Amino acid sequence: MPIDFLPVFLMVAVVIALSAFILTLSRLIRPHNPYPEKNRPYECGVDHVGEASAGMFKVQYFVIAILFVVFDVETMFLFPWAVVLKDMGLFGYVEMFVFIVLLLVGFAYAWIKGALEWVS
Amino acid sequence: MDLTQITSSVLASGPEIIIILGACVALMLSLVPRPGQGALLAGLSLVMIALAAAMSLTLAQNPQTAYGGMFVNDGFSTFFKMLLYLGTALTILISDRYLGTEDAAKGEYYVLLLFALSGAMIMVSGKDLLIIYVGLELQALSIYVLVGFLTTNTRSNEAALKYVILGAFSSGLLLFGLSLLYGLTGTTQLEAMGEALDSVETSSPLLALATVFLIVGLLFKVGAVPFHMWVPDIYEGAPSPVTGFMSTVGKVAAVAVILRLLIQDLAMLDPIWRGSVEAVAVLTLAAGSFAALVQTNIKRMLAYSSIAHGGFLLLGLLAGGSEGLASVMLYLLIFTVTNLGLFAVIVLLNRGAGQGENIQDFSGLAKSQPGVALMALVFLLSLAGIPPTGGFFAKFYVLVALVDAGFVLLAVFAVLLSAIAAWFYLRVIMLMYMEQNDQPAVFQVSPAIGWALIVTFTGTVLTGVLPAWFLGVSKAAATAGLG
Amino acid sequence: MIGIEHYLTVAATLFVIGIFGLFLNRKNVIILLMSIELMLLAVNINLVAFSSFLGDLVGQVFTLFVLTVAAAEAAIGLAILVCFFRNRGTIDVEDISVMKG
Repeated sequence: MPIDFLPVFLMVAVVIALSAFILTLSRLIRPHNPYPEKNRPYECGVDHVGEASAGMFKVQYFVIAILFVVFDVETMFLFPWAVVLKDMGLFGYVEMFVFIVLLLVGFAYAWIKGALEWVS
Repeated sequence: MDLTQITSSVLASGPEIIIILGACVALMLSLVPRPGQGALLAGLSLVMIALAAAMSLTLAQNPQTAYGGMFVNDGFSTFFKMLLYLGTALTILISDRYLGTEDAAKGEYYVLLLFALSGAMIMVSGKDLLIIYVGLELQALSIYVLVGFLTTNTRSNEAALKYVILGAFSSGLLLFGLSLLYGLTGTTQLEAMGEALDSVETSSPLLALATVFLIVGLLFKVGAVPFHMWVPDIYEGAPSPVTGFMSTVGKVAAVAVILRLLIQDLAMLDPIWRGSVEAVAVLTLAAGSFAALVQTNIKRMLAYSSIAHGGFLLLGLLAGGSEGLASVMLYLLIFTVTNLGLFAVIVLLNRGAGQGENIQDFSGLAKSQPGVALMALVFLLSLAGIPPTGGFFAKFYVLVALVDAGFVLLAVFAVLLSAIAAWFYLRVIMLMYMEQNDQPAVFQVSPAIGWALIVTFTGTVLTGVLPAWFLGVSKAAATAGLG
Repeated sequence: MIGIEHYLTVAATLFVIGIFGLFLNRKNVIILLMSIELMLLAVNINLVAFSSFLGDLVGQVFTLFVLTVAAAEAAIGLAILVCFFRNRGTIDVEDISVMKG
C-alpha cells in the first residue's frame, strides 16, 4: 500500500527542491534596492489607508465582493447546461436565455443603483 | 420533453410567471424616482396579483401536473394560492401608509413582497423536494430583507439579523432531513418517494433521523414551541405590515408544505412523528397563551397569539384525514383575514419610529374613532374565538375533527387553553371601550387602508355567518388534494 | 474500501460542528454565518454521496441549488450585518439584545 504513494512523495520532494533552487537563484541574481513605496502592501492600485488588521475596510469592497459572489455562483448553472445543450435543443437554448435575462435584470438594478460606482 | 409538454408546463406555472414578471417590471420602475411612485408600484402589484388569481382560477378547472410531475395545480394548491393572493394584496393595501409614517418609502418594498409571494406559491405547488426547497428559500430570503427594511431602525436591523441566522439554521435542519430522505428513496419527487418509503421499515433509524430533521425544520418555520424563540423578537422588530405578512402568508405557505408532506404524500411517516407532534401542539398552545398575557407591546402579544394559533393548526394536522385538512384550511383563511385586519388597525395607530405599538395606545379608541374601534373589536373577538365571528368556527371545526379522530383529551385541553388565551384579547377590548385617554389617537383612514379594513371586516363577519359554506369549499379543496 | 457510510459520517460530523458553532459561539456574528455555511456544505456532501452511490443525478442538481441559495443567504446576511454595524457599531453576539421578553 505505501509503495503506491511513492510517486507522490517523489513529486513532493522534487517540488520542494525545485522551488528552493529557484528562490536561491533569484536571490543571488536580482537587484536589491527597497524603498518605502515598494514595501507597501499592494491594494488594487489605490493608496492604502492603514493596517488592514486594525481598521475597517471600505464598504465598497464589500458590495462588489457580494455582487461577485452572487453572480459567480449563478454562472455555475451554465456548466451542466453546456454539457447537455445538444440533447436539449432549442428549448434548452431559449431557457438559458430566460435565466440570463433574469440575471440581467438584477445586474441592471445594481448598476443603475450605483452599486458598481467607485466613490473615493 | 416535446413542445406540447413544454407549453402546457409553462401555462400551468402561469400565475408564478406573472408574479415574477410583475416583480421584475416593478424593480425596473423603482429605479426611476417620481412623485407617487409608491402608489404606482402598489397598483401594479395589485393588478399582477389579480391577473395571477384569475389565471389560477382558470387553471383550477382542469387539475394537472407539469414539468414532469415536479409541479402541480390541484384544488389544494389553488385554495392555498388564493389565500396567498389575499394576504399579499391586503399587505400591500396597508403598506403605503406605514412606509409613509416611518419615512421608508422605497419601491423595492413591493418588489420583495412579490418575490416572497412567488416563492410561497412555488412552495404550495411544489411536488418535488427540490422545488419546495427553492420556493421556501425564495420566500424566506425576500422576507429577511423586508424584516430589515427600516435600515436606520435598530430593532428592525436586529430582527432581520436574528431571522437570517435562525431561518438559515432551520433551513439547514430541514435540508439535512431532505438529503437523508433522498438517500433512502433515491428520488426527490414526492409521489415516487411515498411509494419507495412503503418498502422501508418505519423502525429504520436512518428514516427516524430523517423524519426528525424534517419535522424540526418545518416546526421551526411555523414557530411551534421548542422552536419558537425567534418569533416574538422578529414580529416586534419587523415593520408592522411585514409582520402581518409573515404571520399570514409565510405561515400559510409553511402549513401547506407540512400538509402536503405529512398528510398527503409521506403519510407513512405518521407513526414516527405523531407522539412528538402531540406534545409539541399542547406545549405550543400553552406557551403561546400564557406568554401573551404579560406582553405590553401589541406586536409582541400578537406574536405569542400567532404561536398559540399555530398550536391549533398542529391539532388539525394531528386529526388528519380530509376532515382535519379542511379544518386547517378554513382556520388559515379566517386567521388571514382577521389577523391582517388587526394589523391594519395597528398601522393606523402607528405614529412613526415605532411609536403607537404599545397596548396602551388602544385606550379610548372607541371614543375617538368609533368605527375603527368597532372593527378592531370584531377582529379581537374573532382571534379570541368568540361565537358570532369567524374565529369561533375556525376553532370549532378543528375541535370537531379532533374529537371525530378520537383525540378527546387534546380537544378538552385546547378548549381550556383558548379560554385563557381569550383573556389577553379581552384586555385590549377593555382598554378600547373602558379606559379614558387624555391624548386620543388622531388619524385619518386612507382609502387603501379603508379598503383593507372593509375586506377583512366582511371576511371575518361572513365566515362567522356562513361557516358551513366556507367549510364546504375547503373540504372540496382538501379532498382534491388527497385524491 | 471507502463506502457511503464514511461520507455520511463526515457530513454528519460537519453538520454537528456547524450546530455547535452556532450555539456555543458568543463572540462574533460572522462566525454564526460561517457555521450555517458549514451546515449547508455538510448537506451537500450528503447529497453528492447519495447521488454517486445511487447513480442518480438529481442529488447533484440539488447540490447546485443549495450552493446558490447558500451564496444568496450569505450575501443577504452580510448586507444586514453591515446595516446593523452602521447603527450600532458592533457585531458582538451579546449585543444583539435590544428586544427581550
